[in-house]
Amino acid sequence: MNKILSNKKAITVFMAPAMLIIVVIVLVPIVISLYYSLLKWDGIGKATFIGIENYINLFGDERFIASVKNSLLYVVLSLFIQLPLSLLLAIVVSNTKKLEKFYVTVFFIPVIISSVVIGQLWQKVYNGDYGLLNVLLRSLGYSGHDWLGDEKTALMCSFIPNLWQYIGYHMLIMYAGIKSISTDISEAAKIDGANRFQTAMRITIPILKPIIQVCVTFSLIGALKIFDLIFVLTGGGPFQSTEVPTIYMYKTTFDQMHYGYGSAISTFVIIECFLFTAILRFIFKNREDA
Amino acid sequence: MKKSIISDAIINIFLMIFAVIQIFPLYWLFTFALKDNNEIFGGNVAGLPQHWRWINFKIAFIEANVFRYFLNSLLVTAITILGVLVISATAAYALERMIWKAREAFLKTILLGLMVPIHAALLPLFLVLSRLHILNSYAALIIPYIAFGIPMAVYLFTSFFASIPREMEEAAAIDGAGIYKIFFVVIFPLIKPALATVSIFTFISTWNELMFAVTFVNKAQYKTLTVGIMSMVGAYTTKWGEIGAGLMIATIPTIIIYLLLSKQVQDSLVAGAVKG
Repeated sequence: MNKILSNKKAITVFMAPAMLIIVVIVLVPIVISLYYSLLKWDGIGKATFIGIENYINLFGDERFIASVKNSLLYVVLSLFIQLPLSLLLAIVVSNTKKLEKFYVTVFFIPVIISSVVIGQLWQKVYNGDYGLLNVLLRSLGYSGHDWLGDEKTALMCSFIPNLWQYIGYHMLIMYAGIKSISTDISEAAKIDGANRFQTAMRITIPILKPIIQVCVTFSLIGALKIFDLIFVLTGGGPFQSTEVPTIYMYKTTFDQMHYGYGSAISTFVIIECFLFTAILRFIFKNREDA
Repeated sequence: MKKSIISDAIINIFLMIFAVIQIFPLYWLFTFALKDNNEIFGGNVAGLPQHWRWINFKIAFIEANVFRYFLNSLLVTAITILGVLVISATAAYALERMIWKAREAFLKTILLGLMVPIHAALLPLFLVLSRLHILNSYAALIIPYIAFGIPMAVYLFTSFFASIPREMEEAAAIDGAGIYKIFFVVIFPLIKPALATVSIFTFISTWNELMFAVTFVNKAQYKTLTVGIMSMVGAYTTKWGEIGAGLMIATIPTIIIYLLLSKQVQDSLVAGAVKG
């Protein structure tokens, strides 16, 4: 048996395609991207090595700083509005007797739909003339508004569909976690006289902590990398008011052909993700020790 | 007892409202995909269509080229799923079951791919594909999609292999089967649930992918639904009915799969999160 399982030729045949494609298409490009971020290069002419100048310029670039601030606002919304709502839904749904499956199925639907479709749909919800939102407001006696066309409202309005789409995703992860908690524990709490609210606060949420940590991490990284929906909804406009780093990176790289500078932005996003993940781990770990 | 009936009612009302919020945009899409602009803009904004304009679908399908995009998406997604399954299942088997030294290091290298954000690979990949002259081809999408699908698939397959008892392989080995026969005849049929999970996961992410598709393909001939719909929207700006039909066509396959296999779809999409 062991002889068969240590067949070197078979191991090579099994491993080679995966390793080749991962190294060439996923890992090497990241290294190349790091290298590009040290260049001044328009993609056609000669590239000049300029060290960390791109990074230094980033921090003096107001447009970049604004885009980072926008994405951080989205991080805050995800962590403090989306996740609590998902948790609330997960707890409530797991307490319903009849329609449990129905609710879970319905809440999850937006997750499987393409961001292009969702973006187009919400664009029409927000449409200044005929959008669903304005029709509703007008019928209530308010005047309409060009939600995505106005710099003041565009940012919030472009985040809402994102929050809406993934509530069901986090709800499901937490719901699965709640379902895996033994019913004995909540039964015992009930016998001790705990009501549903107390059971949720004192028992469900503490047991759920590792799962909440997963959700917080996913939600945070997802928020820092947000691209698709904003690309479809506003493309970063009007007047860059909804620009996030990935959108700025895309425009810098593919519209203005500043390959070096664009790569510096994407490297920044990667570092940001690693940094925040490390901070989260630290926070959750310290809490555990306390 | 009475108190709990009332609180149950409140809970159900809350959940119902939320269910409506989650589903309403889709319902609305369904209705305006079947209306003309007079109706959409003329007052019947959210009701069912007075005249069901199926012609919107015909226009989207044929004039707006959505049928072509649909076939492209189908082809790209199917090959991607097949590629991810074969490449990842074999690699995961070697990594989890077979005996060799650098196993751990190779597994870690592949799983490193889980951490790589696709936007960071965008430009280098674009340049590589352009140098190889395969921008604007099916391969320009399929190869990156397979590559970025592998890490998660390997992760899921290795944990699945770990749960299969070794007796099956041992019995086959005693009967004189070689490694390939053991893998393809004995093991492969056993991992059907994992194959389903990985297929669904890969389907959803490939079918909906936008960033690579928009960057690597700009010829209508090779556009998948996501990019195709973007350009359709550009050309049909004010024709909501036709656009709606296009959006429906892009969404229907996913919805059908979801309705048929909702539990499996949910499980596949959160598999990484729950196991990790």
